[in-house]
Amino acid sequence: MTLSRRQILLLLPAAAVAWDFVLAGTPEEAPNYQMTGHWWGMLLDITKCIGCGGCVRACSMENNVPDGYFRTWVERYHVEDWHLENPLVDSPGGGKEGFPQRTQTGGKNFFVPKLCNHCVDSPCTQVCPVGATFHTPDGVVLIDFDYCLGCRYCIQACPYGCRFFHPQRHTAEKCTLCYHRITKGLTTACCEACPTGARQLADLKDPKDPIHAFLKTHTVQVLKPHLATGSKMFYNGLDGSVR
Amino acid sequence: MFVALRAAVIPKSFGRYGPYRGDALSEIASRPPAYAGHEICEGCHSDVLEVKAKGAHAHVNCESCHGPLAKHAVDPTSIKPVLPDVATLCVRCHSENIAKPSGFPQVDAEEHAQGQPCNTCHQPHSPGFDTGAKK
Repeated sequence: MTLSRRQILLLLPAAAVAWDFVLAGTPEEAPNYQMTGHWWGMLLDITKCIGCGGCVRACSMENNVPDGYFRTWVERYHVEDWHLENPLVDSPGGGKEGFPQRTQTGGKNFFVPKLCNHCVDSPCTQVCPVGATFHTPDGVVLIDFDYCLGCRYCIQACPYGCRFFHPQRHTAEKCTLCYHRITKGLTTACCEACPTGARQLADLKDPKDPIHAFLKTHTVQVLKPHLATGSKMFYNGLDGSVR
Repeated sequence: MFVALRAAVIPKSFGRYGPYRGDALSEIASRPPAYAGHEICEGCHSDVLEVKAKGAHAHVNCESCHGPLAKHAVDPTSIKPVLPDVATLCVRCHSENIAKPSGFPQVDAEEHAQGQPCNTCHQPHSPGFDTGAKK
């Protein structure tokens, strides 16, 4: 087989790409953690959430979240009778120090903990112009702070309002699902600190994970399902008024 | 020229898992945790675990109240945890709030405690349900 000069010139870029993969080495650097064996999500049980803010404080301390910004937060809903489209929502300080007693009486009242939904088809990763935010093989959406330009497209794209602009680092910032913990066999800081078990980390690829039985036996919903983001934050007891 | 520029500009780990820098994953994963996890606590403090297992706080993890203690777990002698302040700690969960699940024990703290710290009557590790708190 003989190669013409034109064919060699065409093959060179392909060879360069292939060589990069050779240089990059083996995919798995941590031998005890196989990324392909996990698919992370979370179960959030609204019927158990007491709005203590333990998750917000834990997240803040675990991840050095700057004051006034939140990777996770808790909202309190008040729904009058049939006004499902106009709930009264408050979240003083992200619910970090709990909630004062509400002055309104009656109606329906409950807490909703929120965080990055680690969507399978996440709008935030689609708009990033430099590939700084991405899906990991184990189903977590992360940000590469070295590559983030701080253009804020992703912050606008997230339909759940889960991203913010880090005031010191000048990059986008959000929940990492405590990637530094779950890859070491620990649960997330918010789940560790939740006193009522309202938050439970779930490995959807683990057939022994209790989430499978829970999903089969409870009325579970994701936030904004009409957006088809493929959210992996499953809410038990989610009211139709929650946005 | 193109190949040389490409090799110089694109990080070596780019494309390892997808169209992004593969090393970013290990960099994010390498951060040390601040919360040790309750299994680590229970390894040394099995006496507290026994008390806790009998009461209403059986499923409350240690660091829910005591805060992040991974540094203490690494160096228990020189780094000691600070005792939580019951005046702020207990009421965060147990102060009355209309949005809390109705089955959760909650009280009007001022009326219920009348200025006394909660641990005057309640054992924090095993408070029990027969303490007069509203259920």
